[in-house]
Amino acid sequence: MDYLYFPGCTLYTKAKNFDQTARNCSLLLGFELKELKNWTCCGATFPLATDNIMALLPPSRILATAREEGTALTTLCAICFNVIKRTNRLIQGDVEKRDKINNFIEKNYQGDLQVLHYLEILKKDIGFPQLKEKVKKPLAGLKAAAYYGCMLLRPFEEMEFDDKEKPALFEEFLEALGAKAIEFPYKIECCGSFQSVGSPDVATECAYKILGSAIKNGAEAMVSTCPMCTFNIDHKQSDIKQKYLDFNPIPVFYFTQLLGVAMGLDYQTLGFDQNAVDPIPLLKEKGLL
Amino acid sequence: MKIELTRQKVHNEFAKKVELISGQNLFACYQCGNCTAGCPVAFAMEIGPHEVIRYTLLGLEEETLGVNTYWLCASCLQCTSRCPKGIDIARVMDALRMVVLRKKERKDHIQIPEFPEGFLEKVPQIAFVSGFRKFLS
Repeated sequence: MDYLYFPGCTLYTKAKNFDQTARNCSLLLGFELKELKNWTCCGATFPLATDNIMALLPPSRILATAREEGTALTTLCAICFNVIKRTNRLIQGDVEKRDKINNFIEKNYQGDLQVLHYLEILKKDIGFPQLKEKVKKPLAGLKAAAYYGCMLLRPFEEMEFDDKEKPALFEEFLEALGAKAIEFPYKIECCGSFQSVGSPDVATECAYKILGSAIKNGAEAMVSTCPMCTFNIDHKQSDIKQKYLDFNPIPVFYFTQLLGVAMGLDYQTLGFDQNAVDPIPLLKEKGLL
Repeated sequence: MKIELTRQKVHNEFAKKVELISGQNLFACYQCGNCTAGCPVAFAMEIGPHEVIRYTLLGLEEETLGVNTYWLCASCLQCTSRCPKGIDIARVMDALRMVVLRKKERKDHIQIPEFPEGFLEKVPQIAFVSGFRKFLS
């Protein structure tokens, strides 16, 4: 089965490892990610000012184009997922704004497209028990912290991804791969997001709290669904180390990279060279490479 | 901080403007502080989000726009998700940014030429695109 797929800007450059591993794993799981034609940037933020129609246009155009090709659109990046899904909800519910948007982009999109996240396909269409059966190399002994961040979950009435305070889908995914999913209180806290551009020190502090909480609860690695979170919690670990001398860096995986390891993909195709903290020593220590 | 309240200040256009842009009813706020308690960046804020709402309702435009609170908001929606009165506080913070960025002086909150060397190559696009939308006029 094919899924229409929106990669987004960052997955084409700084998070190629996220995109590639997702595509490769999908083939092993029996489906293909068919890339949407002529896609553009989603805008990377859902406009919170109610009069800002302009910022709704890029995601609306993406949705309208996707509807011409199919009935569902799959995303990987948590921010793209959030922006596109929220825009879709708005188009469904707000007739006045829908008309304005359609007039501007010269389309007639009515909001009748389903916006999916890759993890939802794994859970609902493949099924975690079936995924478990397909695992070739169970991640036995790996203590991993599932880090949700904000964009997958909130606002929960619109995202309908999982529980707003105590989500479990991501942990179930890790357990299906054979890993031990660590519970930690900061799993739904914000990594600082775009503050890494506005106030980088504040974002570093947010990342330190999240990582510290996961490490304290026994995590050997973090697992992320978002290139923004990954930048803050992986690439900023060198800044954290400079400020907090007793901090010991831990690797941060995209969930598709761990899926790739468990599916027995050659580790050289998993793009570990783009990870800031090298995950290879940990994987070797666990006998997974 | 000593604040002088006047009738003119309290019946203010500023709060109306923030309500209009955010689409939120600020008068629903009963100052429980849940937003500030759950805010991941509150540690760096000069006053908490609940105080910003109170200042705005009291018409203290200069004092409200003078604090770093709304610039530090990362739109993570933790406050929005937990507000017992259903106020989308992240929208209120965004509205305050818009009040400043839409002024005719068009003063940006961040200066792109001041980014350290190599910064643009390092940071992912989504950070720039969303950051520029939040911080540039």
